[in-house]
This record gives sequence, structure tokens and C-alpha cells, in this order.
Amino acid sequence: MASCRVPLVLLACGSFNPITNQHMRLFELARDHMHSTGRFEVVGGIVSPVSDGYGKQGLVPAKHRISMAKLALQSSNWVTVDEWESQQPDWTETVVTMRYHHGRILKEYEQSAGRHSDASENFASPSSPFPQLKLLCGADFLSSFKIPGLWLDDHVEELVQRFGLVCVSRGSLQPERAVHESDTLFRHRRNVFLVREWVRNETSATEIRRALRRDQSVKYLIPDSVIEYIHQHELYTEDSERRNEGTALRPLIKQAHQPIKSLDD
Amino acid sequence: MENPTTSKVVLLACGSFNPITNMHLRMFELARDHLEDTGQYSVIKGIISPVGDAYKKKGLIEASHRVEMARLATESSEWITVDSWESQQSDWVETSKVIRHHYEELLAREHNRDDVDTVKYTKKRRIEENYIASSLSPLSLCSDGPQLMLLCGADVLESFGIPNLWKQEDIAEIVGRYGLVCVTRSGSDPHKFINQSDDLWKYRKNIHVVHEWVTNDISATHVRRALRRGRSVRYLLPESVVRYVQEHSLYSAESEQKNADVVLAPFQKYSDASTKTES
Repeated sequence: MASCRVPLVLLACGSFNPITNQHMRLFELARDHMHSTGRFEVVGGIVSPVSDGYGKQGLVPAKHRISMAKLALQSSNWVTVDEWESQQPDWTETVVTMRYHHGRILKEYEQSAGRHSDASENFASPSSPFPQLKLLCGADFLSSFKIPGLWLDDHVEELVQRFGLVCVSRGSLQPERAVHESDTLFRHRRNVFLVREWVRNETSATEIRRALRRDQSVKYLIPDSVIEYIHQHELYTEDSERRNEGTALRPLIKQAHQPIKSLDD
Repeated sequence: MENPTTSKVVLLACGSFNPITNMHLRMFELARDHLEDTGQYSVIKGIISPVGDAYKKKGLIEASHRVEMARLATESSEWITVDSWESQQSDWVETSKVIRHHYEELLAREHNRDDVDTVKYTKKRRIEENYIASSLSPLSLCSDGPQLMLLCGADVLESFGIPNLWKQEDIAEIVGRYGLVCVTRSGSDPHKFINQSDDLWKYRKNIHVVHEWVTNDISATHVRRALRRGRSVRYLLPESVVRYVQEHSLYSAESEQKNADVVLAPFQKYSDASTKTES
């Protein structure tokens, strides 16, 4: 009986440059884990590729990264690709993306709940709690909170307190350590869900791009349809890897001289 | 697109494939890239040969399923195929015999391709037989037919050291006459193992070690465990195999208990024989 389970949507932000089987595994692992806590019912997954404005080295145009993600997720019946973030004129803070999606999800929920009740106000009842949105990420993401200038303190606070994190451990990185070493994360540790990935799979998009540059096979690491797309559009060459070389990441520039933002944006 | 100066190679992988995973398939891709990168080889084919049920490994499900899953998994591959000969034998077949069988098939196909020239054929055959009789140099040296190499992970290489699992002469034949392509799994050092074994050291030139820089530890054991616990295995196996497993409800706590009290076939066969251990 899932009546007291909180409906949960998982959002993964990242370059997806390109999307890999490992990215899609994150969703599967996270869903299984959150379901096994007994408290959640995962109702959706969103892949949100970052916009070109992010300025990361080797980032190919968003339209390609979106197309590849769509191809990869064709066979999934619960994870979809969202283009909103990639369409924003400037790089968008993760928390802003989360606020957008959460607002959207709540609205949909209210609309469908409204169809079942005649009340003008919609109360979440124990049997039908408000849906939640949590950020899905790998352990390396948690460690990125420490990088100076990359995250605003308030944002990290909002991320873990208001939304929550589902973090899948990767390789030798220990997410427990990152939680331990950050007061903010530690304070909200009950909203930080750590998923153990027992299968050591260090396949990363970086490795995929490296293999492609060297004409090595990436079959069985990313879907065939994505491999075909990459070859058709001749993505991922030595040239593409040099894109944005020498440029600082947009977050570091954007957040360098800004005052700390408040919760109401 | 075969360079005339390269040797043609066929890769043969023996194993349980219980079930086949993306890691098994990656092994082929990595091996091919590695061999072709040397400039000396042209890999023309890959063969997956699932072991027969008579192997009696714990948790081994019916060969018919394992073969079918491997077929589904390789549908999208242009060069990797599945062969059910080994799985259809009523007794367990030693790996060296499987290799010999496939090598003979390869030779037969090569000869059928040659122009009908009995003189040339007879001469070739005699040379080969002489080499087989006299030394253990790789067969590619004496024929322009393809070389057949055993493709495996480092765990298989290291299993050569397990008492009563392999016959010494079989190991010598596999590495001496045919060749081994060993893809390293995380946490093993095949070079050290080769160094510690006189037999392997002698034929080290026939052992190609492929370093898997990116750890990809999708073991079939892990996949079976996840399935028993109702966890998702998507993206660890090809989609068609995931569907097959679901449709046939394979891999349960019950299936894992199969052969639990039975002795593995090689141990059964070799336990009486006195075998030298690796020095």
C-alpha cells in the first residue's frame, strides 16, 4: 500500500556531455533505494542538461546534449529530459532550477487533486502528501560544495533543507565524509540520502569523450542510438574538447561579486 | 578492410554468461581495440561460448536461456556472435577442447574459401601437423589462417593457479598454441601472476594484457543478487536481456541454490589426477 508514501520526483542536473548508461543507472539505483525506505514513491525522474552558458571545457551545444539524452531515454517509462534550464539565457543556479521544477510539479499536483475534490484550497492529507523534489547526484557533486565560489551558502542550505539530496556513491569517493565535513550538510543529514552503488562503475562522460577522440569503442557504455548520433554529427573531437579552454566556469564569475541571495528570489 | 600485413584474429570467450552483462560485451570491444592498436592484428570475429549445464556451477540456470540472452545481447553487434556447441554437449568440455573445436571450424572455413587446390591444401595441412607435433608455437606462424585467442578476465588467468581446476598441459596448449587476451579487472595484477608461473612466463608473448582504465565491475553475480532483491538491473545489461529476464522470471533465490551441493565438473574430473601446482 503506497497511500502514506510521499510522491517523489528526482532531478539530475549536469552537463550530460554525453549522457551515459551510468547516468541512467543513478536514477534506477535512487528509485530502488528511496522506495525501499518505505516512505517514498518515486513518480518521475528529470534529466536537466546545463545550458551552454556554463562554460565548462569540452561542452558541446545544448541542442545536441538534449537530443542525445532524449534518444537515450526513449526506452525509459519514467525518466524524461527537460530543456528549460538549457534554454535560459545565462547559466542557472541549481537551486533556481529546482524551484522551477518543484513549482511545476506542485501545480500539476494541485490541478489533479483539484479534479478530485471540490475544495478551493488543497490540503495535503496523510494519505495524499505533497510531492517532493530531490536532487539526484553522484558523490563528486557533494564534494563540489567545498569548491570556493561555486556554490552560495544560502543555496546549499536551501537545497538540503527545503528539497533534499539523493547521492549515489561512486568509486572510492565516500559521500559520508562530505556530509561529515560540511556543517550545512551535517545539520540536514536526514534529508541527504546516500545510496551505495556496490558495482564499481567508473564510466564517466569524460572517459567516453576521451575514448571517442581516440577512436576507441564506447559500445555498451552509452546507448547505441547515442553512439550513432555522435558519429552522424561528428561530436567529440580534439577540437570540441578545447571549447571553453581557459574560460572560467560561469558560476565562479556570476557569484564572485554578488551579495548573498535571500530565499525569495 | 583488412590490412594484408596484419594477422587475422578471432576472439573466443568461454564462461557461464549467467547472465551476459555489458561488462562481458565491453571485454570484446576493449580487446579488439587493443589488438588492432598494436598494428599487428585485425580482429575479424568474436565468439561467445556459454558453458554447458554439466559444469554444475552454483546458480547456473539452463543453457537454453543463457544462450538466448547472449544472442539477444549481440544482435546489435557486427562482429560478436554466440555459439551453442559447447552448451549442447552432454558432458562438461574442457576449455582447451572448446578452443580446438572452434579452431578446427575456423580452419575448415578458411580451406573452403581457398581455390580448390589439393596440393596447396595438403602442404598446408602437413606443415600445421608438424608444428602441432613438434612445438607449441602459435599456429598463425605456419598458416595464413586466422589466429584463435581465448578472451578472458584476469580472474580466469588467476584461476590457472587453482588446484585441480585446469590440467597443466591444457594451460600450456592454450597459451602456447593459441594465445590469451586478458582484460584486467580492478584489483588484479595479471603481470605479477604471469611472472610467478613458469608456464605463463614462457609464453608471455602470447598473453596480451588489456588494461581497463575505467573500472567496470558489472559482475553477473552482482546482477543475479540485484534481481533476487527485486532491484533494477537496467543499463547493466542490454535492454533486450533485461526484458528477457523479466519475461521468464529468471534468477531467484531458488535458482541461486541450483547445484549448491554438487561438485564443480572440473574438480570432479581432476580430483584423482596428480597435478603439478604452479611454482
